[in-house]
Amino acid sequence: MNSLFFRSCLLLCCLSALSGCGDGQNDFGGSLGKRSQPVELVLLEDGRPAPEVLAEDQVVYRGNGEEPETLDPHLAQGVPAASILRDLFEGLTAESAAGDLVPGAALRWNISRDARTYTFYLRRDLVWSNGDPLTVDDFVFSLQRAINPVTASSAARTLLPILNAREVLAGELPVEDLGISLLDEFTMQITLTGPTPYFLGLLASPVAFPVHRGNVEEFGDQFSKPGNLVSNGAFVLSKWTPRVSIELERNPRYRDADATLVEKVFYLPTEDRATEVKQFRAGELDWTNEVPNNQFKWLQTHYADELVISPWMGSYFLGFNLTQEPFIDNPSLRMALILSIDRQIITEKVTQFGEMPSFALVPPGIDGYVPFSPEYADWAQEERDHEARRLYEQAGYSEENPLRVEIRYNTSDNHKKIALAVASMWKQTLGVNATLVNEEFRVFMQNREQKVITQIFRAGWISDYNDPYSFLEMFRTGHGRNDYGYANSTFDALLDEVGTERVRARRERLMFEAERMLMSDHVIIPIYTYVTKRLVNPHLRGWQNNVMDHHPTRNMFKLKSREAMSTENNP
Amino acid sequence: MKQAGVLRHAAVRLLGLIPTLLVLITIAFFLIRIAPGGPFDGEKILPPEIRANLDANYHLDEPLLQQYFRYLGQIVTGDFGPSFQYKDWTVNELIARGFPVSATIGGLAMVLAFVLGTLIGTFAALRQNSAIDYSMMGVAMLGISIPNFVVAPLLILGTAVYAGWLPAGGWDWSWQRMVLPVVTLALPVVAYIARLTRGSMIEVLHSNYIRTARAKGLPEWQVIRRHAFKPAILPVISYMGPATAALITGSVVIERIYSIPGLGSYFVQGALNRDYTLVMGVVIFYGIVIIVLNFIVDLLYAWLNPRIRFDEAQ
Repeated sequence: MNSLFFRSCLLLCCLSALSGCGDGQNDFGGSLGKRSQPVELVLLEDGRPAPEVLAEDQVVYRGNGEEPETLDPHLAQGVPAASILRDLFEGLTAESAAGDLVPGAALRWNISRDARTYTFYLRRDLVWSNGDPLTVDDFVFSLQRAINPVTASSAARTLLPILNAREVLAGELPVEDLGISLLDEFTMQITLTGPTPYFLGLLASPVAFPVHRGNVEEFGDQFSKPGNLVSNGAFVLSKWTPRVSIELERNPRYRDADATLVEKVFYLPTEDRATEVKQFRAGELDWTNEVPNNQFKWLQTHYADELVISPWMGSYFLGFNLTQEPFIDNPSLRMALILSIDRQIITEKVTQFGEMPSFALVPPGIDGYVPFSPEYADWAQEERDHEARRLYEQAGYSEENPLRVEIRYNTSDNHKKIALAVASMWKQTLGVNATLVNEEFRVFMQNREQKVITQIFRAGWISDYNDPYSFLEMFRTGHGRNDYGYANSTFDALLDEVGTERVRARRERLMFEAERMLMSDHVIIPIYTYVTKRLVNPHLRGWQNNVMDHHPTRNMFKLKSREAMSTENNP
Repeated sequence: MKQAGVLRHAAVRLLGLIPTLLVLITIAFFLIRIAPGGPFDGEKILPPEIRANLDANYHLDEPLLQQYFRYLGQIVTGDFGPSFQYKDWTVNELIARGFPVSATIGGLAMVLAFVLGTLIGTFAALRQNSAIDYSMMGVAMLGISIPNFVVAPLLILGTAVYAGWLPAGGWDWSWQRMVLPVVTLALPVVAYIARLTRGSMIEVLHSNYIRTARAKGLPEWQVIRRHAFKPAILPVISYMGPATAALITGSVVIERIYSIPGLGSYFVQGALNRDYTLVMGVVIFYGIVIIVLNFIVDLLYAWLNPRIRFDEAQ
């Protein structure tokens, strides 16, 4: 009697909890009905927004994912830190709102004929946020600091294209031997080991940002704390409470300070995606870092204006371990498994966020590169399934003798859902018995690296820089991240050629060949191209979608709401 | 005599803390290093030159035993070292900022849970087997059974998103931001304390000295207040030691859902990131808190229960 009562209470409560937060179909009105609308954007002749449409309070609250590990630009690695650092600092080059490379601290540059020497001409009127003049000395000091072994920076690998960087990092040469020289107070030269067409893009990343020498020497490892940190970007650090908020203020000494409209930015750590969405809905955030995977439909219905989805520079795929059975020298089996996945269903029904089905390694949208597309990309799924069954049998498997295989992934809802979908597609089309194995991230990465117990594993790559080489490089024989055990000397030779080729079109051709070779060796199972997905306050404008997902606050501004406009007009 | 006994007991217990902590430190130190992967292993692999610099910088290139003794020598001075993950902060700084937040929320939740729990439990015991008793204990059972990762989002949805009374998350030491986490943390503890109190109160109310108290004509509330309450909450007190330790050291679930900068997340993040120094610092800190709280519970026990006296054991 007693326990029956408890159980029914429990059941009732669970039901109400499910209907309340499961997909949240029922709305009680609340703040939802009263969302204010921004006024129309009016631009002046110079392309800036007209003052009368701007909101009075230019304060932006940005959800930023995890707590940044550091605000020392030379040590920072993660995306959360990089977003803040791009507001605080500016490198020799910078990115526009659309993600295109534009002059930053350098006004212009020349590239030598052999594509190995870059000469940078600094702007002459630059100052730090404390008023000190900013010269090439600061850049030379900073690049040397980033690479100096004493700094022990893992981000320094971004600067490896610079001549002698590897030797300096290994402690074999002094930092003065780096390929960086000073021509005069406002001119500097950087020499590279080989042609690196994406090098200008690398200079826009935090590890190449300048730090104030006196500041670093005075405060040591405390220099990146508020009150100590001197920077040269559009904003300065005013307050930092770990895991609560990081507060930046407009830097009036920034070279383009007149064009910076936002007065204050708050970066709030948002570890829990569901909470982040609730904070957005309660009006506490203007910009979320992400949105939860399972709320797409609900958000699309209720927050269509706020939901922003855009292609990202990353590929999601599964990898084969080519050094273990059953995949050693078994291309037909690998091809059968690649073909029998219906990517459309995965992106539309499983992940649901408008990811783009993919049949190759390099995602579209990279600087002029047209990714390789295999023949079967244009087939209907039935044709692929048909061919898959033929190859499966050719490899010696059948209904009586099915393939037994493990799909391994690190603990995550998304990976699990995808692995489950893939396993059931293989079961349905080929009769494969796939089992799912999930592991904690570092255990998983170690197993991948050791290549002993892995068979098929979750892989993927999100690039740090806008170049296909970033994706291809890790399939080189012996590369630290070559967890596939792929070894093809022709492929390696192609990559070597890419490394020395200075004609852009020829270099792209070589990378295309390399990608084609990799895909016809069936090393990976492409699934989709990543997208970024977030909620943005419709009042917040000035930013643009870009494949790098870089959105400096200096481009942003907030529009007035219609209500505020009408009360002003009819006081 | 009694005073001296308590003091001697306290001294012995505090000395006992040292070997306990040493064992704790040793186990934790080697366990976290046995775990696969290191602090600098990520999806993007580091060039060997950079890896060597990092290892040298954090002394990870030394033999394990040497690292162990280096660490012991360092924590004797009270220095937990720099965090591997949060490079701008030392572990001491992180604990010093995280613990006050966790302790405030946990402490408030414990006070709330104790007051509400004992009240409900006593009330239910006095009306044993009535409809009120059943419904109170039914609600208490619910409180215990529903995990706080269900309660918390529901509370946010109701009070922050729809009603707009309270913020949905974040932290600035204002009472508005404390309400939801404190309530969420307290709910299962209220329920647990209510059930404990009810059970032991019923038992106490059946004992002889209560019958005597009633026989001499004391009003019922006096019987409860002066004679029954103290012995009845003994099981609650022994439960509260570890429960308080768990509450004030932070709950990773609550901290994530409400975006609170407490200690709990450092423990979990530290373990997942293989942030050796952070994990060690938090483990040692936890160890001290639990030992101290258990010690306080022992003292309270002696004060509440006339049958326990430390000098008798000698």
